[in-house]
Amino acid sequence: MAALVIAEHDNASIKGATLNTVTAALACGGDVHVLVAGHNAAAAAQAAGQIAGVAKVLHAEGEHFAHGLAENVAAQVLALASGYSHILFPATASGKNIAPRVAAKLDVGQVSDVTKVISADTFERPIYAGNAIATVQSGDAVKVLTVRTTGFDAAAASGGSGAVDSVAAVPAYGSATFVGSEIAKNDRPELTAAKIIVSGGRAMGSSEKFNEVLTPLADKLGAALGASRAAVDAGYAPNDWQVGQTGKIVAPQLYVACGISGAIQHLAGMKDSKVIVAINKDPEAPIFSVADYGLEADLFTAVPELVKSL
Amino acid sequence: MKVLVPVKRVVDYNVKVRVKSDGTGVDIANVKMSMNPFDEIAVEEAVRLKEKGVATEVIAVSCGVTQCQETLRTAMAIGADRAILVESTDELQPLAVAKLLKALVDKEQPGLVILGKQAIDDDCNQTGQMLAALADLPQGTFASKVEVADGFASVTREVDGGLETVKLKLPAIVTTDLRLNEPRYVTLPNIMKAKKKTLDVVKPSDLGVDVASKIKTLKVAEPPKRGAGIKVPDVATLVDKLKNVSKVI
Repeated sequence: MAALVIAEHDNASIKGATLNTVTAALACGGDVHVLVAGHNAAAAAQAAGQIAGVAKVLHAEGEHFAHGLAENVAAQVLALASGYSHILFPATASGKNIAPRVAAKLDVGQVSDVTKVISADTFERPIYAGNAIATVQSGDAVKVLTVRTTGFDAAAASGGSGAVDSVAAVPAYGSATFVGSEIAKNDRPELTAAKIIVSGGRAMGSSEKFNEVLTPLADKLGAALGASRAAVDAGYAPNDWQVGQTGKIVAPQLYVACGISGAIQHLAGMKDSKVIVAINKDPEAPIFSVADYGLEADLFTAVPELVKSL
Repeated sequence: MKVLVPVKRVVDYNVKVRVKSDGTGVDIANVKMSMNPFDEIAVEEAVRLKEKGVATEVIAVSCGVTQCQETLRTAMAIGADRAILVESTDELQPLAVAKLLKALVDKEQPGLVILGKQAIDDDCNQTGQMLAALADLPQGTFASKVEVADGFASVTREVDGGLETVKLKLPAIVTTDLRLNEPRYVTLPNIMKAKKKTLDVVKPSDLGVDVASKIKTLKVAEPPKRGAGIKVPDVATLVDKLKNVSKVI
């Protein structure tokens, strides 16, 4: 019995979500191997071998892996799948894109967003925006899982001694090509990996106000910026800042919700944060029911005051 | 070009579901059911493609119980031309639905299949990608923009950190994200018109698909509750609590 973890990486380094996925794979029992399919990705493969608990790294090299297209990566996973009892992906945009393609080709079901491994075939996962937790048992020969990173600690990025094996790359899939990307560059921590998140809602009123009020607080705390769906829909914040059921699932040490009412879909994305602070002028806002510290105040005065007193 | 749009009947997004006391599932008796919001976006996108002259026919499909006909009527009120219900009282997991859809893709030969990226009940986010794999078609998931021209779909996707664009040779599979479009309001005349449109009913066995699944739900439980917090009177108290009690800053 062995588990294969599909690494998320940028060809030079391994992304944090991979580390949590390795922890979930170890909990399934058996050896853990990591697949790095990339372009000029030797450094990422080396880094994968350093992850504590990783027995072996499979490195597939090809230009068609440069942007992680689902069609190509899934084909590579399928070429290596025999012999693995578990195939795990982080439940990130990339993992969610690829995993079901692998499961369907293997004719097995997929367990999405695993938050707990109970045994090699039994897992917990949230349903209905986290309002219920299902325990599911898979009778399929291969368990294809996506792992909610907030459910598992990160494995240590160093201390491992996994050897890197080169594996033959599958040919490129002709019908899908990468055209380009617009990835926002900033110095802030990644939303899903941040220790502190400052998040804004519809009450911010405009994208100018959103930046003017929340950026100084995020700067002061070294925090990532997030937003509610209402704020994103209104154009106050970019799409990939959305925290919630259908956006990012986060669990930082500190989550500061400013002007967010707390719809169940938003709570689904952040209620596992260690400490939640809510600043809202509506005393009835549902966000207060999950907040450790609620401050009933106008955020436009309270947030600048908070910045000053930090 | 035909566009196939699968839609799912789910508990309305405004309903806060309750876990049954015997732990067998959530209580969905007598709660409001609606079309999965992402699927509504999918129907809207398909109808817009038809209005632009890119698509010639929009076919809505649903897999599930008889009442899914209501969901299909809604899709036709938005603008789908006809509908197919694959009727089954079995629990249909994403792989089974993908197999049913694959059979319909073989039959209808659509140029594009547009699905919601995830259903808000099981939160699986699998069906579109599974269909793409089974039909061996390219996929553009989590789409925020779709442009179809010259036998290709250019799909802008929401990915971690920003956006990415892929070019897919048709036929292709697209799954919708929230910002793809804003679905129109359904008007009464269109609801009336939808009642007259064709709705075919087939069974999984007619399509030669076995819908059994090997993933069993053992139990469904309430999530752990967060302990009730406190209200702080002012910013100074908040800072003090964060520094000295929680020690997170």
